[in-house]
Amino acid sequence: MDEILKILRELDWSPLYISLKTGVVATIISFFLGIFAARKVVKAGPRVKAIVDGILTLPMVLPPTVAGFFLLLLFSRRRPLGIFLFENFDIKVVQTWLGCIIAATVIAFPLMYRNARAAFELVDVNLIYAARTLGMGEVEIFWKVAVPAAGPGILSGTILTFARAMGEYGATSMLAGNIPGKTGTISQKIAMVIQDGGYLTAGIWVVIVMLIAFGIVFLMNLVSGKHMKQTKRW
Amino acid sequence: MSIQAEIRKTYGDFKLDIKLDSSSKRIGILGASGCGKSMTLKSIAGIEQPDSGRICIEGKTVYDSAQKINWKPQKRKIRYLFQNYALFPTMTVEANIGAGVRGTKAEKKERTSEMIRKFRLEGLESRLPGQLSGGQQQRVALARIMAYRPEMILLDEPYSALDVYLRDRLQQEMQEMLEDYDGTVILVSHSRDEIYRFSQELLVMDQGTIIRSGSVKEIFADPKRVEAARISGCKNIVKIRRVDAHTIDIPDWCVSLVMKRTVPEDITHIGFRAHDFIPVWGERKENCIAAEVGSIAELPFERKYFIKGAAKGAEEICWFVQRELLGILEEKGMPEFLEMPEEKILLLK
Repeated sequence: MDEILKILRELDWSPLYISLKTGVVATIISFFLGIFAARKVVKAGPRVKAIVDGILTLPMVLPPTVAGFFLLLLFSRRRPLGIFLFENFDIKVVQTWLGCIIAATVIAFPLMYRNARAAFELVDVNLIYAARTLGMGEVEIFWKVAVPAAGPGILSGTILTFARAMGEYGATSMLAGNIPGKTGTISQKIAMVIQDGGYLTAGIWVVIVMLIAFGIVFLMNLVSGKHMKQTKRW
Repeated sequence: MSIQAEIRKTYGDFKLDIKLDSSSKRIGILGASGCGKSMTLKSIAGIEQPDSGRICIEGKTVYDSAQKINWKPQKRKIRYLFQNYALFPTMTVEANIGAGVRGTKAEKKERTSEMIRKFRLEGLESRLPGQLSGGQQQRVALARIMAYRPEMILLDEPYSALDVYLRDRLQQEMQEMLEDYDGTVILVSHSRDEIYRFSQELLVMDQGTIIRSGSVKEIFADPKRVEAARISGCKNIVKIRRVDAHTIDIPDWCVSLVMKRTVPEDITHIGFRAHDFIPVWGERKENCIAAEVGSIAELPFERKYFIKGAAKGAEEICWFVQRELLGILEEKGMPEFLEMPEEKILLLK
């Protein structure tokens, strides 16, 4: 017990902040990109839909290390895009917090996109037609009618996206590395500590992660609770 | 008050090809489900696009495939009442009604509260559509389409999801609400009664085309076409053989009818409404069929007799008897014959 307290007192909390920060930023980016992509795909014809949907979902079904590989290929400072970003904008991606965000966004984005898409496809098309005949503009219809009608799906997508982004390990470790205080997320911290045999410290981080994860699932059930009340128990 | 439209659209095996020209204020479109009436309305509103044609509303061309004119539904100012009302589920009553009002916040607010008063929705302003009864939902939907200068109102089977009692009341209510609206209203329905009480001018649709148009009273009195007679609720429609200008044979019923008026040569069927038979006791008169009852259906205020057709395999003939006549029947017993007065015989092709 004393030992746990001692570790807690001396614990470097930076992995928690970095993970939360990464999660929040990646979720915000995924939220808008995901909704935008979902809208485009719902509108598209069946063939375009199949292809684009496949590409956008890939990061979810591939091992994160494969995504990491492609991201390194893109952003490495020995590659055209990496060189371009660094020389023109002084932007470094590899081994930086920006790398954390990009890796987490790429991996978590499909969750947002797929949930938003499923939710949009369930929106009663008559609502959209009605809005059009009432003279509402397309942008107004989208934000005031379609998105609220798809609300529960979009919300659960957002929460899942945040959870996934916060816990990302594979692609992050490849693109951003594990620099304590800079790119060292909780997931990476746990892996590193375990390698040194620090099971107690790892255990503390595991408990923290579990608390956050449970909190997220609890939150999700809470926001979809309105619908749950109406479903029959059996 | 006018609409001229030519709409052609093919989807799958179905072909819609209609032409309508009306300056009536209350137009009804009657047709069985799947006859293309909803697609017609959606094309007029601009939420579906025809393959080709032309649509003019109040003298303005809103769609013309030849001139590549296709106004967005937003610009057409045609309001559409959907079958399920399509109220925005996440918006309050007030926000739903205000959704179609353009202008400043104050104007919007004023117009909305005016509508709330007019449609008796006071006290429900901050409710969500899911918390309203069917009748209240209809009023909100009506308030929403009336809130901002509609040039034309389209009603797409507004009552078909309701139970009989509510349907009757809401129809009446809708009619009252629309009374002081002086634009054109088009009602689409498969219900003869709804159409009859609502419209002045009637279009009867069948399989993607308009088979009959004219004033409601006229069409119900003389449908002219077999499909029009059927959709107007005529129960007995039977094939005939024209013998001469004043005689027709009905092989299925094994009778000949003698007509004072001239029977045109292209008449192929006659129709006879189930309520129009006159019972005859004793001696057979002219234009009578034998009243041999096959089966009986007892209804609260009516009795339905199904008379056996005389020929083998012929369809049963329906004779519906209402309350006053039922008493006489009870007294005098079943008649031997049923007379078909000539003026009630519908000549069809």
